[in-house]
Amino acid sequence: MYATVRRSLGRRVVNGRRAYHPSVLPSRISTTSPDFVAKAEAMDELVADFEAKTTTARLGGGAKAAERMRSKGKKLPRERLSLLLDAHTPFLELSQLAAHDVYPDLVPGAGIITGIGRISGRECVAVVNDATVKGGSYYPLTVKKHLRAQEIAREHGLPCVYVVESGGAALPHQANVFPDKEHFGRIFYNMAQMSALGIPQIAIVHGISVAGGAYVPAMADENIIVREQGRIFLAGPPLVKAATGEEVDEETLGGGQMHSSESGVTDHLARDDEHAIAIARGIVSDLGKAGGREVPPPVPPQDPVYPAHELHGIVGTDLRQAFDMRDVIARIVDGSRFREFKKEYGPTVVTGFANIHGYPVGIVANNGILFSQSALKATHFIELCSQRQIPLLFLVNVTGYMVGSKAEKGGIAKDGAKMVRAVACSDVPKLTVIVGGSYGAGNYGMCGRAYSPRFLWMWPNAKVSVMGPGQLSQVMTSVSKDPTKHSSLKSEIEEQSTALYATARLWDDGIIRPTDTRDTVGLALALSAREHRYGRAGRSAQTTWDGDGKGFGVFRM
Amino acid sequence: MLSIQKKRVGLTNFAPSTGRTFAMVADPSSRTTQRKPHFDKILIANRYAFCRGEIACRVIRTAKKLGIKTVAVYSEVDASSMHVQLADEAYCIGPAPSSDSYLRMDKIIDVCHRSGTQAVHPGYGFLSENAQFAERLAKEGLVFIGPPASAIVSMGSKSESKTIMSNAGVPVVPGYHGTNQDPEHLLHEAKQIGFPVLIKAVHGGGGKGMRTVDSAEAFHEALTSAQREALKSFGSSNVLVEKYIVHPRHVEVQIFADTHGGCISLWERDCSVQRRNQKIIEEAPAPGLTPEMRKDLSRKAIDAAQAVNYVGAGTVEFIFDNDSNEFYFMEMNTRLQVEHPVTEMITGLDLVEWQLEVAAGNPLPLPQSAIPLIGHAFEARIYAENPRNGFLPDSGSLLYLSTPEPTHTFAPPLVMSAITLASLSASSDDSSGLARIVDTITTVEPSLRLEQGFGQGALIGMFYDPMIAKLVVHGRDRTEALRLLRRALEQYKVVGVSTNIEFLRTLAGNDAFVDGQLETGFIPKHFDQLFPRVPEPSAEVLAQAALFVVLRDQPQAPVATPWTSLSSRRFGGDVYDRIIKLQKDDASAEPMTVHVRASNPGSYDITVQTGSSSTSFNSVPGRLLSPTTLSTSLNSVSLHTTIVSQAPPPSLPASTSPNTMERLHVFHNGRKITLVLPTPKWLLSLGGDILGSGKGALKAPMPSVVVEVKVKMGDNVEVGQAIVVLESMKTETVLRADVAGVVKAVRCTKAEMVEEGRELVDIETNED
Repeated sequence: MYATVRRSLGRRVVNGRRAYHPSVLPSRISTTSPDFVAKAEAMDELVADFEAKTTTARLGGGAKAAERMRSKGKKLPRERLSLLLDAHTPFLELSQLAAHDVYPDLVPGAGIITGIGRISGRECVAVVNDATVKGGSYYPLTVKKHLRAQEIAREHGLPCVYVVESGGAALPHQANVFPDKEHFGRIFYNMAQMSALGIPQIAIVHGISVAGGAYVPAMADENIIVREQGRIFLAGPPLVKAATGEEVDEETLGGGQMHSSESGVTDHLARDDEHAIAIARGIVSDLGKAGGREVPPPVPPQDPVYPAHELHGIVGTDLRQAFDMRDVIARIVDGSRFREFKKEYGPTVVTGFANIHGYPVGIVANNGILFSQSALKATHFIELCSQRQIPLLFLVNVTGYMVGSKAEKGGIAKDGAKMVRAVACSDVPKLTVIVGGSYGAGNYGMCGRAYSPRFLWMWPNAKVSVMGPGQLSQVMTSVSKDPTKHSSLKSEIEEQSTALYATARLWDDGIIRPTDTRDTVGLALALSAREHRYGRAGRSAQTTWDGDGKGFGVFRM
Repeated sequence: MLSIQKKRVGLTNFAPSTGRTFAMVADPSSRTTQRKPHFDKILIANRYAFCRGEIACRVIRTAKKLGIKTVAVYSEVDASSMHVQLADEAYCIGPAPSSDSYLRMDKIIDVCHRSGTQAVHPGYGFLSENAQFAERLAKEGLVFIGPPASAIVSMGSKSESKTIMSNAGVPVVPGYHGTNQDPEHLLHEAKQIGFPVLIKAVHGGGGKGMRTVDSAEAFHEALTSAQREALKSFGSSNVLVEKYIVHPRHVEVQIFADTHGGCISLWERDCSVQRRNQKIIEEAPAPGLTPEMRKDLSRKAIDAAQAVNYVGAGTVEFIFDNDSNEFYFMEMNTRLQVEHPVTEMITGLDLVEWQLEVAAGNPLPLPQSAIPLIGHAFEARIYAENPRNGFLPDSGSLLYLSTPEPTHTFAPPLVMSAITLASLSASSDDSSGLARIVDTITTVEPSLRLEQGFGQGALIGMFYDPMIAKLVVHGRDRTEALRLLRRALEQYKVVGVSTNIEFLRTLAGNDAFVDGQLETGFIPKHFDQLFPRVPEPSAEVLAQAALFVVLRDQPQAPVATPWTSLSSRRFGGDVYDRIIKLQKDDASAEPMTVHVRASNPGSYDITVQTGSSSTSFNSVPGRLLSPTTLSTSLNSVSLHTTIVSQAPPPSLPASTSPNTMERLHVFHNGRKITLVLPTPKWLLSLGGDILGSGKGALKAPMPSVVVEVKVKMGDNVEVGQAIVVLESMKTETVLRADVAGVVKAVRCTKAEMVEEGRELVDIETNED
């Protein structure tokens, strides 16, 4: 009798049914309170504005440019992407608002579409030149976005598919595009490195691919060119004429027929865009063991108990209004279950284990200013996750570490440093979502961009800067003599701390809607869980001069 | 209460021992003899998978009911077929061609001995009307479940049978039944009879080796073709020529005779509506017959059977002249026929059981007066064929098959109501009991039988008759039976081959047909109503087809990760959308476009664009309940629609032909609408490289056997000249030159099997 009861209880736990369990977070909000309603409205507005901006950005170079491409029998960049991806699958687009209001010219999405999607049943990084935007030429932020996509591919061992149609570097910006380490050349360096690491590099040449751009298909492991449409050459006909006096048309100089039958620069000759993409999908399905494999979650996923749309009213847009991060966690994690660690100690940081889309994750979240205790607790928790190889999710709303003599006497500097060191050296994939502010050293401790999280996303209301606006003006008053400059500097810094400003400059991987947080993080956790040949990312995976025997990748023959 | 008791009264209660009503039994001593037991084991010398093969299963079912063991024989290709599985024992008797297997008497007899079989049921087709087989069985001490060999011989020859019938006072159609087969003589006779005339194989049946000729000019070509078919199918090229009746009905009488001289009529069937001279829908009783006409028909049929000392189940076919109400003996089929179930339904009997009873040497279980004639029954034959293309047989595999649920396996027993019995005894002036009025008073349980020759996945080949199944319904009267039939046909869904289902449904709802205005030329006469213009696919159909495409492309991962479970998830205000192009199944018109856009998770906004009109459906829920069932709701109408995708053969190069495109078969509102997903340009471009230009090339329109190649390299040919004769499913097709020119290449030989789309002859066009 007693045994029966125990067995049935045990089964309940194992089955994970929706019965009461102490790990299920309670909901402590009132969705009808005026405060909640006001916060929700403000956030709704911000999200709508963000959606409007992405809608515009998705249009690329606009209707005229699109019509011009169509009239040549070409598919639009987003149509190419859509055909490339498996039907009805998710697409995790990166930095949709890159270069927003950065350059005097309009360069929507920095003229390039990047993201992670499924191709022939495999997750891949897709890098698509948007030829409707300035002919697909590379602005400084285009390069940055391209390199960031490659970085993600490398960290996760994801095959790369480059959908090429680009005139190369934007010449007026060449100084910020060409010479430096993280500039144009790095694209090809990365391709070679990844190929050497066994991460497949595939290119489809839909249009012009000239000068530096010619190296994308040339550096690829396997490539495709569209007949009478794709062109690959180091110098175009005018330059050839100037250099050697030879008069030649583009098709003869670098057309698909020539490259496929004579030069061997290309491997597959396609009839049109659709055909080229079909070939690319075939190539991906033939990648064999290269590029790793996905790993399913250890437990079946469960929806949270509470609806995600309540996040708007919980967080709001005014960062001075505090909220309990547990209410956010309850709307993100499986079954709203959160197994909290050291709940009573250092309560301004919330730590604990949860599952998202079935994948285990350790969460570090802010519930106020970081004190010594909070920093120690977070450090301890990060160590636990590292030891257990559980990925970390940072839910950020931090104004910084505590200041003042009491805090300094308590050694906040060394305790904060412990946390920063733990974050920096932690050997597990880290994901960061800035749901509120990320200020000062709090940004370091909560895995800001400099701490190489696998992904960093911001909510539309998020802010990132060296200090909060309040402190900032006080500091300004005390260190500066000229009060007239204060207000202009303050508003400048405030503008520079917005999510929109940050995302335009690729300080993040994109703004996400609060309601998308769970799915976005879930997809990223699935990517983090992948097995790939060269072991876990974060370790050195360089192939240069360190004699690790990785070889050269694939030479084009 | 009374009716329940009566229902329990089965056949056995009418056992001959009562003897009270045995008007037709000649030898009274038989009644007193002990009833002989059934056989212990019988062999069914027929097959399941093709060609009217359901008969093997049909016989096995009755045998099982009676506790008789069954032995099946099969050819190598039928090893896994249903009759092999159903039978208690099964023996392989050779390779696929029936001449090497089902027609090999020696092998069948050998199996009989090995298995200890006592009797052989020949089914129909194959050896069922082969006197030699009956004789050989007799010699081996085995019982042939069928008529005596002498009766088969007499009735097997059309000319001989007519002579016998004329002598017995049964009216016959004027014609030449002589042995002189000289074409000129036959033409002379035809002229004597007067055109139009009919040429028929002397030993034929089932429409094979049969040709109608309207004029003397066309006589010779038709004769040659009929003779060739006759030779192939029946081993003899002899033909007869007879008067062709312009408005005939095909009415036949099911008779049953025992070894004691008893012979009764199980009433008539009407099988008038035919195509390619073959039956597709049969009914019993024949509509519009007066009791006197029924009596007359049955009387003559019994006379005919008795003229040849017939035993067992037989069918006497008559041509009924609608213009004169005269009827003529046509032929007698000395076997159970495909359409026997309609007779079973109106009489409530099991004819196979009767066959076994008679073969065991027992007298007929019921007297004429006790044979019910209740309600009305239809049988519709579902064929793999294309009614809109001259009913040309189709072949292929049954990709998808979903059928209505049958209510009965056997005909439910019927009991005549007290009123009927009273009226029967009242008309005492009719001592024969043949002048029966159809009983539409007795309550009839609406019933549906389904005899299926093929299952899903089966291959309907070109070797045999392409009948997929037969649907049999029984209702209180003709109107009710037709309603049941229409409903059953609506529920019968087939993908993979063209079928006549929609045609049958139209036919069953046709006004003239419902009125019973039957004649063998029914189809050509009512052609326009039977083949209405195919309506354009509706927006609802297109929306569902597109939604189906979107949903079925959802990845089916063995393990769920967010990358598979978060279908079409997009971020930052982006939504998944897709434009699906659809074309009508001939791929001729401009594609129609359907824009599917994910709105909320699991629901979609759908815009259908056809020509200049556009229809939108908002927040449409969509889910696939199975790979072929779409659950959705359009305009607040909840729908569960069967949609079956049919991929083109992978080796076929892409072209603008719809055969090379993926087809979607949408079963909506009782109709099957077939749409194709147009092939993208690049695929057409690649396919074009392989196909090259095709003018002047003659290609096999279906998988077939080459009967004759009429040209050789270098021949000059005219437009319309016969080039190649193909045979598929026992029907010949002549391929004619579509251009005038010189034969450049002949890529087939006589008797070769060719696949669909194979280029047979290439003709180089003459330069003008």
